[in-house]
Amino acid sequence: MTALGLGLMAQLGLTLATIIVAFSVPARARSLASGISCALTSTAGALTGALALAGWHGSLSIPFALSADPVELAPTQLGGLFMLMASIVGILVSVYGIGYAHGATASPMSWAALAVFLVGMQLVPAAADAVSFLLMWEVMALGSTVLLLTEHFRRHEVNSAVVWYSAMSQVSFLLILAGFAVLATSAGSTSFAEMRILESDSWAAGIALVLLVLGFGSKAGLVPLNVWLPRAHPEAPSHISAAMSAAMVSMGVYGVLLACVQLLPAGPPWWGALIMVLGGVSAVYGIVQASVNSHLKVLLAHSTTENMGLVFLAIGASVLLRAYHAETTADATLLAALLLTLSHALFKTTLFLGAGAIQHATGEINLDRLGGLLKRMPWTAASFGVAALAAAALPVTSGFVAEWTLLQSLIHGSGIEGTPVAVALVVAMPLGVAVVALTAGVALLTFVKAFGIAFLARPRSAEAAAAAEVPASMRIALVFGALGILAVGILPGPIAEALASTVPANRSPTVRTVGAGGISIPGIGVLLDPATLVVLAALLLVPTLIIVRLNSRRHPIRVSALPWGGGGSRARPRMQYTATSYAEPLVRVFDDVLKPTRDVQVTHLGESRYLIERLQVNQRVTDVIETRLYRPVLNGAQRFGKLARHAQNGSIHRYLTYSFVTLLIVLVVVAL
Amino acid sequence: MTAAAVVVALIQLALFIFLAPVLVGVIHQVRARMEGRVGAGIWQPWREVRKLLAKNPVHAEGSSWVLTIGPIALLLSSLLLCVLLPLVGTLSLPFLPSDLFVIVSVMLVGVVALALVGLDSGTAFGGMGSSRHMTVAALVEPTVLLAIYALSIPVGTSTLSKIVETRLHTPAVIISPVSVLAMVALAIAIMAETGRLPVDNPSTHLELTMLHEAMALEASGRDLAWLEVGSWLKLTVLLGLLSNLAAPWGVLTDFTIWSVLIGIVAMTVKILLLGTLLSVGEVFMAKVRLFRVPELLAGSFVLAFLAVTASYLVA
Repeated sequence: MTALGLGLMAQLGLTLATIIVAFSVPARARSLASGISCALTSTAGALTGALALAGWHGSLSIPFALSADPVELAPTQLGGLFMLMASIVGILVSVYGIGYAHGATASPMSWAALAVFLVGMQLVPAAADAVSFLLMWEVMALGSTVLLLTEHFRRHEVNSAVVWYSAMSQVSFLLILAGFAVLATSAGSTSFAEMRILESDSWAAGIALVLLVLGFGSKAGLVPLNVWLPRAHPEAPSHISAAMSAAMVSMGVYGVLLACVQLLPAGPPWWGALIMVLGGVSAVYGIVQASVNSHLKVLLAHSTTENMGLVFLAIGASVLLRAYHAETTADATLLAALLLTLSHALFKTTLFLGAGAIQHATGEINLDRLGGLLKRMPWTAASFGVAALAAAALPVTSGFVAEWTLLQSLIHGSGIEGTPVAVALVVAMPLGVAVVALTAGVALLTFVKAFGIAFLARPRSAEAAAAAEVPASMRIALVFGALGILAVGILPGPIAEALASTVPANRSPTVRTVGAGGISIPGIGVLLDPATLVVLAALLLVPTLIIVRLNSRRHPIRVSALPWGGGGSRARPRMQYTATSYAEPLVRVFDDVLKPTRDVQVTHLGESRYLIERLQVNQRVTDVIETRLYRPVLNGAQRFGKLARHAQNGSIHRYLTYSFVTLLIVLVVVAL
Repeated sequence: MTAAAVVVALIQLALFIFLAPVLVGVIHQVRARMEGRVGAGIWQPWREVRKLLAKNPVHAEGSSWVLTIGPIALLLSSLLLCVLLPLVGTLSLPFLPSDLFVIVSVMLVGVVALALVGLDSGTAFGGMGSSRHMTVAALVEPTVLLAIYALSIPVGTSTLSKIVETRLHTPAVIISPVSVLAMVALAIAIMAETGRLPVDNPSTHLELTMLHEAMALEASGRDLAWLEVGSWLKLTVLLGLLSNLAAPWGVLTDFTIWSVLIGIVAMTVKILLLGTLLSVGEVFMAKVRLFRVPELLAGSFVLAFLAVTASYLVA
């Protein structure tokens, strides 16, 4: 048996061990033991993934007692990359869980489900055929659904969230199943290695691609299949949200890459256009929704839609470019997609874990009731801050490198050596740049809001004022998440080379390391070396700091009791800007997209028309997709259900009549 | 070549640190004269910085170290811009091409630092300024990036020094319709980004209309000095960039004593001229309502988009 096979075996074995540990260790030590065991499982996954990424081969086949084909696990390089990503998230989440788990989250069932969920995610990209893939996909969905139910007895919203989540997971599963079925019937095999023979301009290929993109898009939270994200995330425990939002949605990306790069390479231009449009709409819609939300975890959930939108935009651009034979830029956009996915996995884990730390310390998750946490929770603040920088694509984080690669490959995409390749590209690439830019701009506001309102200013509630730093295991996970973001951000070269090796490049190599770990894309002649930028900044910072130091010796800081209240006596904490008011200008700008409902009630003082006793303002931003798209469909289904109830009134006579009529029809049909 | 690039970078740094307060002084002085006032003279901003550095910074209770670090971060981002942009010369440092995307993101670090400073004190004004500032920044970004895209097309790279060099050698590029559209779009975006009229009134102290001033309200002493110098530097380098894109003559491409001197003089003259022009323009202009700003920015976005598509479809 090869090393890869052993690694896969170890993952399965350790998962079993975790389940046993979770159910057998007494409550005192359960979280510690199960957390370590979960982290070990994920470490095994990380090692296996790293080996597969490095180009090792090997497989594990698990035969059934039934007369079905055995489950085949044989990760490719691309699969190895996604295994590694899911496992890194898994390690962080498990370590964090040791300190975070309490109450229902620390139950044996919850830990066992976490182990199953994590191993399911790690084995989805290892699957070598469609049936094993779908099996692992369902293991992942099952584990996450159980975890989502963790707190169902405390909050009734959980039930509705679980219903939405499972319904959407099943829709996604059915779409993927249908897509694979189309491919398998054409190719005559369910193995991924043989399914790729199909002619890519045939109808069957088109149908399969659309089904797969929709199915995987739903898992990745693309508009209009994103409704489960903002519902599931606030109800799940934070480390589960992190695993779902960082690792599980990446499996959607893996699926689409599997479809577009491995199974159906070189599709017609409309495939690329379709994926680009889906991605672009999701990116803008996701970030606009995120920017106006005050619930931190809902905000992060919408931001996941945004980031996955950008990834799909990049993948779509690469398919489009390849269709017009702009191979070098196509390779570069694909690299951008992988970098975006990696960066998102890292910063979204850290952000969700940070949100969990805030909730753990204050019991609050609504930004409007937080504030002043920077001094009370410095570790959380620093890690969350770094992750927020990455989410806003600022240097020197992974998010910046990823978005820089995407923008560079897009602006070099519309022409080769200044001559246009096709009109479609001349229109698509500027639109792509505009979408990325608008998204980046609004993301900047969103994450300044998330960080600034939660961590700066004065506490907006008593709970926030009484917050204290979280336990060590949570801090460790947070800090390592932030360090990962900075590592990719400062030394992207070797990492980008590893990422680029997972997809077949047409001209070798897509990316090179330059300088001190910088990234250079020879195909389009661009380079970025963040380490040099850091050195330059440090060189400028040193004299500045010396001046500050000298000045502060002569003029130390004086702390006064009150901030300026505009002539009023006291600026009370309640008078600060909140997250809602922070996003208000943007709500007005995007009025047509967000359709906010405002309800203003003025109570006048006595008879006066000018003096006001009380003013009540209610503003709600509705999810347009949910109200306009899902409501009508659900209402229709409900109406149909009511009609069907008339046919089912419980009378035995009526049922006998139905059987009789059915029998008659069958006889008539047979006779014909 | 590397040594020459380092020297040019140092010259740019020194020149702009000196020039930025002077430029602001000139802008104020021209405005004062146009309005029939005597004005405080062009050295007034320098005196203000000296005054601020001689005071103790006052921090409100409950504010954090962001109030100290934020202004330094803003200053640092502006200093980085001075080094990275091709202002006096187009020689670029090794591994640090003056890539426009990198430059925009370095500038955004300053934008974010200022917004966080605004939030830190926990007053309504700071939050208001910060929120408006970020809204404008969010809407400016598409325009800036598309304008960059348009400028990069004739050159085939988004490296600014290459763009300026191409414009220097083939001046016909500058007056091509595509370039003019992109420049207008970029100019509007820069006005919005640096808080000039018609987006923000830099001389207002009326709370409800201000953007930049509202965020700096709680800063004092050296914190305020860094915020001001950082913002002035940003304005100056961006004007320098605009002038080099519109009239690249005088910028040095090879390193000799004479070319350095010509480069310094040319840059100074161009910036002061553009500053005067800006000031004269602002006298005749009123600030638009905050909620009309998105329309202005949408207009400039359309110009930038036209520039990009036109450069392929027309050419």
